[in-house]
Amino acid sequence: MQLIKDKQVIQDSWIYILDETPLDADYIIVPLVRWQQERDQLSKIKHLGLRLEADVILEDIVDDLSHFQLVELFIPVFTDGRAFTHARLLRSRYGFTGDIRVSGDFMRDQVFYLNRVGVSSFELNDQDNAQQVIQSMDDFSVDSQESVA
Amino acid sequence: MYQYNDKDQTLIDERVIQFRDQTERFLKGEIAEDKYRALRLMNGVYIQTHAPLLRVAGPYGLLSSKQLRKLASIARDYDKGFCHFTTRQNIQFNWPALERVPDILEELASVQMHAIQTSGNCLRNTTTDQLAGVAVDELEDPRPYCEIIRQWTIFHPEFAYLPRKFKIAVSGSEQDRAAIRFHDIGLQLVKNDQGETGFQVFVGGGLGRTPIIGQVIRPFLEKKHLLSYLEAILRVYNLYGRRDNKYKARIKILVREAGLAEVRQKVEAEWALIQDKLELSAERISDIQAQFTPPEYQANAAQDTSHAENIATNTDFATWIKHNTAEHKTDGYRAVYISLKAPDSPPGDCTHTQLDAIADMADQYSFGMIRSTHRQNLVLADVKQADLFAVWQKLDTLKCATPNIGKATDMICCPGLDYCGLANAGSIGVAQEINDMLDSIDYVHDLGDLKINISGCMNGCAHQSVGHIGILGVDKKGVEWYQVTLGGSSENDAAIGDRLGPAVSKEDITPTIKILLDVYIEQRLNEEESFLATVRRVGVAPFKEKTYATH
Ligand code: SF4
Repeated sequence: MQLIKDKQVIQDSWIYILDETPLDADYIIVPLVRWQQERDQLSKIKHLGLRLEADVILEDIVDDLSHFQLVELFIPVFTDGRAFTHARLLRSRYGFTGDIRVSGDFMRDQVFYLNRVGVSSFELNDQDNAQQVIQSMDDFSVDSQESVA
Repeated sequence: MYQYNDKDQTLIDERVIQFRDQTERFLKGEIAEDKYRALRLMNGVYIQTHAPLLRVAGPYGLLSSKQLRKLASIARDYDKGFCHFTTRQNIQFNWPALERVPDILEELASVQMHAIQTSGNCLRNTTTDQLAGVAVDELEDPRPYCEIIRQWTIFHPEFAYLPRKFKIAVSGSEQDRAAIRFHDIGLQLVKNDQGETGFQVFVGGGLGRTPIIGQVIRPFLEKKHLLSYLEAILRVYNLYGRRDNKYKARIKILVREAGLAEVRQKVEAEWALIQDKLELSAERISDIQAQFTPPEYQANAAQDTSHAENIATNTDFATWIKHNTAEHKTDGYRAVYISLKAPDSPPGDCTHTQLDAIADMADQYSFGMIRSTHRQNLVLADVKQADLFAVWQKLDTLKCATPNIGKATDMICCPGLDYCGLANAGSIGVAQEINDMLDSIDYVHDLGDLKINISGCMNGCAHQSVGHIGILGVDKKGVEWYQVTLGGSSENDAAIGDRLGPAVSKEDITPTIKILLDVYIEQRLNEEESFLATVRRVGVAPFKEKTYATH
């Protein structure tokens, strides 16, 4: 799959591994439950990512952040704005410097905001309009609040 | 008045480009209906019965004459020649074509106006007292804080997709004219024991289906912490507000379900972490205050004697002064209400000719500024007493001098069945009928202060639940009925009205109002006792008895 990272279209090298699937890839994203259950084994993996759902309580995982190179925020429906807060807090409060990725039902018209709250990669849900998505990150050249990009 | 800097202007210009693109993509079928819906709403575009409705932001109700003329020309060129002022100090056009909305936005941007965040589940226009800066009971002008909040809310990246809409109101006066207790956040400027001015913060108020009075979450907030505290509340709301049911998604429900104590604890914990980062410097506050300095009042304005003579010799003028003008901080000046509640026109509507003429009057008599009010009228805030007679005469020719401000015919009324796709029942027609029934202005004056609010459905856009008399349109098997409440108030004595009894039919609604007024006249202790005070003293029972006895 393609994705946008740092405003470039790239091939996604990460694999999302569901609860039961064996861990046989180099770049692995796991759901929170799995991390909680198999923490010891998973911490040995070099390239590990964590997928968070919109109802996650960030405080529960912030102590573990150093294990992850990537945090994926899954947006169940585009109107659910919790990921915007999660991204912002991961960056500015909890000092997460890895890749923050969004996936799910976000839309092009939201990437300007997502970019500003610290999201660094976007899993495309519509593979055709990657260039337009990148363009939309610059829909506005000015802003009235601080960004945490 | 706050003047846009380059950044503000760039932002709204770029918004026009963005919205044009979104609309073109939608019209070409490239954006799904539900997604475009969210996008257009955040730009004030509703699709309703006849055509889209465009809601334009009136930041804290302050408009320049130039902006008013622009609204007039838009009403002429894109609409049917009029616009509508809303209860949140915004401006609505009822008949624009969707394809032309981007052009309207471009026109608006040329006079520092826009429709950003006037609808949708986001931070909405911040409202305030229409007498801000001139009210005699004012501690401090709230508008600079409204402007600071405006800048913070516009395209706030974290809070653009909230569980539900979010409204903030600020009051700087003792008398609450901005309904701050019925906003998601209400801010009241107060002094603490040390004599410092700050904000009392209310949270969780709201109208609509579930009217709730806001509660004090923080009795005193230092000014420098204004934005950090707002941000803390918004963050807690964004994370914990319900998203499973749109009728339970407002912060008022979070406060009700979790309890004020828990919400406060979460907010304060969040605030502790961010208050240093978002601190407002004294310079920033004073820079913004500098944009709201009082105009150059004439020092000798109070020496004019013509005003007193005119009052003594012209009773119509004297009546108008009494009901439609308000005291002013500065000697020799008064604030003038422009009544948009003439008997034969829909409440809050204003034609392009009226808009143009009012703009001219603002230039001539009131430093070029106009305000819109929470009760859907306009205000010229700084009129010299020597000019009042001429202003009255001109307003009279515009049909904007009905001496009814705060009286029974100064009704708040939503568009109802005439325009709104959600309506259960007509509201403008009911307002019209009540107006016809109250045909004698002496009778209206005898009834004293009386707020009648009429909404066409449960959504309560016209705030019927806080009307002294509230009228709510309900649908009974496809027929229009009306539920009546008594004793509500959106002011300092905030209250939600009590139900009179079973809903009444369309034929009976105006006669019912007449009965209520008769009962009031009969029950009041004297002419000084207002309708609201009487209802509070005697309760709903005597009103109920009379109403249902005759049906
Ligand atoms: S109260 Fe109901 S009918 Fe009236 S404008 Fe609001 S949604 Fe429409």
